Amino acid sequence: MDRERITKDGRKLKMSLQETKLWESLSEPRGPLASIQLSARESLKSRGMPAASEETWRLTDFQLLESILHLPLSSSASESNCSSVFDMPSPPTEGFRLMLSPGSEPLGLESLPKGFNLLNSEELKEVLGKALEHCGSNEDWSVGLNNSCVDNVLALRVEGIDLPSLELVISGKDGEFSATRVILLVEKNTHLNFLQVLLGAFNSAHSHLIEIHLAENASLNHEWLAFGGGKSSFLSHIAVEQQPKSDYSFTSIQKGWLFSRFEPCLVQVNGQASTKFRGLQIADSNEQIATNSTIRFDGPEGDLDQLHKGIAAGTSHSIFNGCIEVPQPAQRTSAAQLSRNLLLSNRSRVDTKPELKIVADDVRCTHGATVTELQEEQLFYMRSRGIEQIAAANLLLRGYCQEIISSLPMSFDRWKVLEHVLEGLRG
Amino acid sequence: MINSNSELILEISDLHAQVEGQKILNGVDLQIRSGEIHALMGRNGSGKSTLSKVLAGHPAYKVTNGKVLYRGEDLLGFEPEERARLGLFLGFQYPVEIPGVSNIEFLRVSTNSRRKQLGEEELDIFSFEDFVDSRLKLVQMNPSFLERSVNEGFSGGEKKRNEILQMALLEPILSILDETDSGLDIDALRIVAGGVNQLTNQDNATLLITHYQRLLDEIKPDFVHVMSSGRILRTGGSELARELEDSGYEWIENELPKTGES
Ligand SMILES: Nc1ncnc2c1ncn2[C@@H]1O[C@H](COP(=O)(O)OP(=O)(O)OP(=O)(O)O)[C@@H](O)[C@H]1O
Ligand SMILES: [Mg+2]
Repeated sequence: MDRERITKDGRKLKMSLQETKLWESLSEPRGPLASIQLSARESLKSRGMPAASEETWRLTDFQLLESILHLPLSSSASESNCSSVFDMPSPPTEGFRLMLSPGSEPLGLESLPKGFNLLNSEELKEVLGKALEHCGSNEDWSVGLNNSCVDNVLALRVEGIDLPSLELVISGKDGEFSATRVILLVEKNTHLNFLQVLLGAFNSAHSHLIEIHLAENASLNHEWLAFGGGKSSFLSHIAVEQQPKSDYSFTSIQKGWLFSRFEPCLVQVNGQASTKFRGLQIADSNEQIATNSTIRFDGPEGDLDQLHKGIAAGTSHSIFNGCIEVPQPAQRTSAAQLSRNLLLSNRSRVDTKPELKIVADDVRCTHGATVTELQEEQLFYMRSRGIEQIAAANLLLRGYCQEIISSLPMSFDRWKVLEHVLEGLRG
Repeated sequence: MINSNSELILEISDLHAQVEGQKILNGVDLQIRSGEIHALMGRNGSGKSTLSKVLAGHPAYKVTNGKVLYRGEDLLGFEPEERARLGLFLGFQYPVEIPGVSNIEFLRVSTNSRRKQLGEEELDIFSFEDFVDSRLKLVQMNPSFLERSVNEGFSGGEKKRNEILQMALLEPILSILDETDSGLDIDALRIVAGGVNQLTNQDNATLLITHYQRLLDEIKPDFVHVMSSGRILRTGGSELARELEDSGYEWIENELPKTGES
């Protein structure tokens, strides 16, 4: 493979060693996604690596990004050496668990409960990439990377009432770069509780892509726990398509990744739906954790309530870019976005950029961002009541995280979210 | 009740302190014995809250001269949390809001830190609920405030009641109540004052910072001090407060400084 390429606009680009390595390590396209793999590889090659000149990649630590590509791509044959950092709790009593390991069939599929069905290849063809297309994220580099590498997709259709909750556990593999892809269709009048747990493994890199379709009147409570460990990295992209009268509540936690980039994208295709985003990301030591969320209203009377919190400790870097698009048809949209950030050390860094792109005129949209430190007056108040400095800082941190963690009904207790979030954090 | 043989709880001598490079306290002298109630009055900005913060150990306030003995020990050598455990309590003029931290959890952790110091058994969630219930009655506070975040969204008066609730839980030896009366309606003032009166006894002492005679009608002080420009300018009995109510501060400030013994 040559180390140069011609981009679409005719520029000549040099390929980095890492990138070359990636392309060399990819196996021949195969399986149901072969054609997608092929075209994704082509366009990714001509696009080249993300660059600081691209707005959403501007603050990226490219060394960390490239080091992901340094790892060999995991193949289906490789032994799964899953994350051992976590003691996996037993599955939810009112639900069931699927384990997704890169390159192999998901575990637990043999006995899907009533209401849960795998898509056949015809159905898959129809929906594959549709949410991405609606979200306009087909050309995103992270999506292209996933498309180039992943050779299997877990595609589920969910329909019915009183369904058991679904817990999907995905683990990276130590010393490997792996990719997984999921499609979830939540049909009319269906309510689902869905927990995704994404675990890193010491020196793993993982790319995850999920497309979600919410039909009319569907409602989905989506919990997302992404816990890395060691030097693990994580690139993830969510594309959600919401039909009118659907209800989507998404709560995400990211912690413990040397490098993590998280791209939730959502579109209310005809407005009139309700969306709630709650996010907490914690960056410590020399980590870089980023969230780039994009939410668009393509119809009237949509509703969004978004709160994103970041904590930066050590020499870490926490990034939030949140874009809300309210084009002309999205009259009477009501959207609120708030980014709140906490700096725990004077060597850590926070960048936050909430952004509203409003064209419609009759809307109620608010946004804001704060970056603060632990409040000295609050600490003193607690100390003056006999509470040790460290314990006081811990109570404050817990209070700070609680606001997000309290919207994790499925995972809060079982996955000991609060403990994991606070572990190792020092105010 | 004055008894010159009772234990000297607080002994402040020639205390100078500054905040952000600005001198606020300029030689405060004050002695408080157990069983005594002292009132500290003075114009806005005279340094009353600063004195209370210095005594409680606020890190932003630097002591530049003088010393403070608390029951014979060097108070300034202790961290704020140690002072609290040793029985010093500051009821804040402006209690801070702490979103996300539940009031009952906060009260339990602080109560246990004091109890540990006293060699008493720490209270688990259930036994603490019983304990706090009995103390709530003292300030006639609605239990629903326990479930909320510390002071968050509390009205001015509710915050002050929460302060006295904390005083009741911590059973301090020296309570400094910084304008606990301001923001209280007439009934609430009587309730809070009644609570404070029930908590005071021969083994503890109280320093009331206030602007108003109304509080001192409810809690009778043994001594009244007037602070001006970071010093105690005059000390007298409860009649001094009434004179201030009638004539303001000017006449004292125009006299030669005369600091009384307590
Ligand atoms: N953190 C601070 N930074 C700057 N100045 C301060 C600070 N704290 C107090 N001061 C100043 O010190 C002076 C004394 O303030 P202090 O709060 O002690 O007054 P006070 O006697 O309690 O007044 P009030 O009756 O209004 O409560 C004031 O001029 C105030 O502005
Ligand atoms: Mg004051």
